[in-house]
Amino acid sequence: MKEQLNSIRMQAEQELSNVGSITELENIRVKYLGKKGELTTVLRGMGSLSPEERPVIGQLANEVRAALEAKIENVKDELTRKERIQKLDSEVIDVTMPGKRKMLGKKHPLSIVLDEIKEVFIGMGYEIAEGPEVELDYYNFEALNIPKNHPARDVQDTFYINENILLRTQTSSVQIRVMENKKPPIKIICPGRVYRSDAVDATHSPIFHQVEGLVVDKGVTMGDLVGTLKLFAKSLFGEKTDIRLRPHHFPFTEPSAEVDVSCWACGGSGCRVCKNEGWIEILGAGMVHPKVLEVCGIDPEIYSGFAFGLGVERTAMGRFNIDDMRLLYENDIRFLRQF
Amino acid sequence: MKAPISWLKDYVDINVSSKELADAMTMSGSKVEGIEVQGEEISGVVVGKILSLEKHPDADKLKVSKVDIGREVIQVVTGAPNVNAGDYIPVALAGATLPGGKKISKGKLRGIESNGMMCSIEELGLTRENFPDAPEDGVYIFNKEEELGKDVKVVFGINEETIEFEITSNRPDCLSIIGLAREAAATLKTEFKKPVIKLKEEDDDVSKYVSVEVKDTDLCTRYTARVVKNVKIGPSPKWMRDRLSAAGIRPINNIVDITNYVMLEYGQPMHAFDIKDIKGSKIVVRRACDEEILKTLDEQDRKLDSSMLVIADEERAIAVAGVMGGANSEIRESTDTIVFESANFDGTSVRLTAKKLGMRTESSARFEKGLDTENVDAAMNRAAELVEQLGIGTVCKGIIDCYHQKKDERTIKLRVEKINEFLGTTISKEEMINILRMLEFEVDENNMTVKVPSFRPDVEREVDIAEEIVRFYGYNNIEDTLLSGKAATLGKKTFKQSIEDLIKNTMIACGLSETYTYSITSPKVFDKLNLPADSELRKAVVISNPLGEDYSVMRTTTIPDMLEVISTNYNRRIEGVSLFEMSYVYIPKSLPLSELPYEKPVLTLGMYGGVDFYDLKGVVEELMAKLGIEDYDISPEKNSVIFHPGRTAVLSIKGEYAGVIGEVHPEVAEKFECPERTYIGVIETEKLVKNASTKSEYSPLPKFPAVTRDMALLVKDEILVKQIEDIIRQRAGKILEEIKLFDVYKGKQVPEGMKSVAYSIIFRASDRTLTDEDVNKAMKKILDGIKSSLGAELR
Repeated sequence: MKEQLNSIRMQAEQELSNVGSITELENIRVKYLGKKGELTTVLRGMGSLSPEERPVIGQLANEVRAALEAKIENVKDELTRKERIQKLDSEVIDVTMPGKRKMLGKKHPLSIVLDEIKEVFIGMGYEIAEGPEVELDYYNFEALNIPKNHPARDVQDTFYINENILLRTQTSSVQIRVMENKKPPIKIICPGRVYRSDAVDATHSPIFHQVEGLVVDKGVTMGDLVGTLKLFAKSLFGEKTDIRLRPHHFPFTEPSAEVDVSCWACGGSGCRVCKNEGWIEILGAGMVHPKVLEVCGIDPEIYSGFAFGLGVERTAMGRFNIDDMRLLYENDIRFLRQF
Repeated sequence: MKAPISWLKDYVDINVSSKELADAMTMSGSKVEGIEVQGEEISGVVVGKILSLEKHPDADKLKVSKVDIGREVIQVVTGAPNVNAGDYIPVALAGATLPGGKKISKGKLRGIESNGMMCSIEELGLTRENFPDAPEDGVYIFNKEEELGKDVKVVFGINEETIEFEITSNRPDCLSIIGLAREAAATLKTEFKKPVIKLKEEDDDVSKYVSVEVKDTDLCTRYTARVVKNVKIGPSPKWMRDRLSAAGIRPINNIVDITNYVMLEYGQPMHAFDIKDIKGSKIVVRRACDEEILKTLDEQDRKLDSSMLVIADEERAIAVAGVMGGANSEIRESTDTIVFESANFDGTSVRLTAKKLGMRTESSARFEKGLDTENVDAAMNRAAELVEQLGIGTVCKGIIDCYHQKKDERTIKLRVEKINEFLGTTISKEEMINILRMLEFEVDENNMTVKVPSFRPDVEREVDIAEEIVRFYGYNNIEDTLLSGKAATLGKKTFKQSIEDLIKNTMIACGLSETYTYSITSPKVFDKLNLPADSELRKAVVISNPLGEDYSVMRTTTIPDMLEVISTNYNRRIEGVSLFEMSYVYIPKSLPLSELPYEKPVLTLGMYGGVDFYDLKGVVEELMAKLGIEDYDISPEKNSVIFHPGRTAVLSIKGEYAGVIGEVHPEVAEKFECPERTYIGVIETEKLVKNASTKSEYSPLPKFPAVTRDMALLVKDEILVKQIEDIIRQRAGKILEEIKLFDVYKGKQVPEGMKSVAYSIIFRASDRTLTDEDVNKAMKKILDGIKSSLGAELR
């Protein structure tokens, strides 16, 4: 019986080393260890053994069973691993095929720039004010120290609805509306659409966008204006950006300045973008004219303020190197998708 | 304003290069547009002497010449008809460049070698106005022996550098050489050389020749006249012509040139009349009569009216004041005695007159900005001085000066501390005073007051003084600060602004790209939209001075703009787009406009290409979900002329109209050249903002299982799923969690005129596990309701 057990073991081990599938393995297990398996059959014959032999053979039989079970387990693991590898091999896909995109929409470049500007100023403690585009002459001109027949009115080529109502030529009109209704301290920006009678071409549009800024408080200085614009320029165009103020004239500020930023393309050394100037003009600014404060019932002896305005289209065109303003209003999806 | 450097140098010491001057002036407020270097384009053109001239063997019109250019003799083939042996001429050598980028190279003309080109005055970029002795057609011939081989630029003296300044409207004083010289002196901190006039006045008194009466003193505050006898009309000297040309003014004759020269130098426009043409020897300054006609110097008949000021004699107008002279009194070859006019006319009047007549001139451009009355006689005397200097006439004694309204001198307090406080600077009192004195402001150091010079009407108050100081202190020397010590303010967006941002971001997340379109449009779009004649949308705000019909009204609807964008993309063969815009429409409260219109914010959606109504609706539903709006409704709309009657719906929120979405009517789509299946939505942003809630309170996750029941119903075709769902909602009770429509089917096995609608209905209770009985009861109620109200059958 001992020989019988050993031969079963050898035979089973022999068979197990050649097993190719889980099914085969199961068959082998049943063949030897199953209820009617060979090992079981042998064990059933134990009754005919002498009492001395019985424990010896019993132990051996258990050893054989344990060995076979362990072996089967090993082979099973091995087979499972192989089968998994085979399955994985059969499941190879071409990862270079296109992904299934959820097509997100895109924000218009003008909105991108506007949002960045808003972020910067909200961070500096500004609120966002709004005002009408169809505006009273009073708010667009008169209150801004541009009386009727002022030559500056010609320059701005205004669209009129009638004698008193026009399409605002500048977001400065919102300044007045805010100052009329709010006591200092005032810290606002007013983004918005403005209109001037310019025919459409690569650099002109009868409609464009501005962002106006206004600060009024006790003791606001021109140094504060310079500092604010410097911080703004750095936030929008990068830490290395510098600004330069050139004296200019606007009826509603005094002193007034045109403000250049160091060229974002070359950093100031001169290139095609800045036409070799090293500087690019982006905004107009100045200290709020005392007449404007007075019109709004704010005493210029007590309060002072600064204001600035910049063109959003120009800034966006500069930022994204867009060479034709018409692209911004044409809305070709191939253009919009680029931002 | 173009300022030749040599001219500026008459009045200011310039110790730097033109480029440096230009940069410095820009930073002190006189912005430089550019620097023009005369003759910059000319090189390699020298004086040559024609030694011999022979016929070209193979061309009748050409001649072969030997030209001595000093260091050698070269052969030049020329077609010039006017040259002879012995002439001194400008010759462009091989390698020379001429204006317009023309390059001269060695070559053969009809087989004969030619090593240069003889030049006409025009080929050198010069004009016969500046070189009156140049032949009309042919090579320029020097009128005397010149050094052979000498650069013609040196011979002609063309080396002027001219800076072009952009002068702001508040500084008419800088529309003059003297004004710019004053600025340059303050900028460079060098000496400003104030003009000193020396006059001989050799003849009778002016009053023997002419008298002046100013009738409308409101429009003419000062009028001066001088008389010059024995005038010899001819070209003005070359230096004067050169300067005028460099400044962009065409030389005409010596008297006219003097008036223009003085205008450029002093900033005071002048005029000269032939005294023969002044009827009654009396100058009358008056408003024109309506319908009065005057032929101006440019030979145009101008119809005047009573808003315009004219210079007249006893019978007729002879000039439009401050704008242009009349042809009837112009200076001619035969003119013998002239009257110079230097006057101050009302700026607004001149501006409006020039605008009405459509003739903005150098003169009117200056007057309209408001000129200095104190400069009127100074300019007049300068003109007289030039006449004497040039020896072209005898200046009569005296000046007629009708000065009606001398402006008050303006004195402003100078508070050093206040100015420093305002600017954020620490400029010393001495520096402030120095700067102001450089600009000819008189400073009284005892009272600390500043007297503003008459030529600076723009300086009215202390801030203006502050600007003068900081201009020359340097804007960029101001130390930057950041509102330190001022009250802190909280930067934030309003609720409305935040919701608008949320709407925008949701659209983008839904795959829609943002557009920007014009808010002014053509009234023709109303026809393209098929709108009836009495449609409210046709009542638009009209621009009174539009750029053209295409941009003549403020839009009352954004649909045409979205359709145009779709059309643009469609016509460029783009398969499909999904777009949105957040903008405004402009709704007049009454027409004609008496108050500002209502600027209504709208969200416009547009899509085509592989999409249907439900894609558009899905975007709206997503938006409602994001904004936390639950009580909304989307119901069929059959009556819009713009939309497909069977594929359009109205969005209402809490029972209030909030927008429309749908497929564009094929007729409208066709008119806008859009694809047949084009989808548009217009939603009123204010309704979204009003109903949005950003508070999103957490609701606990379910603890008990859900029960799902499916049902398929057979209903009449015209029944809307919304009707079925309304009943389900009404009848299912609190345990209803969700209704999912999973199939709508028409066709085989479904009778004609019917459809099969299949739902999964999900029930759940928050406090227990539902029993079959609970759900059966609910389902029965639902089915009974649907059967009785809609006549539906369970399939």
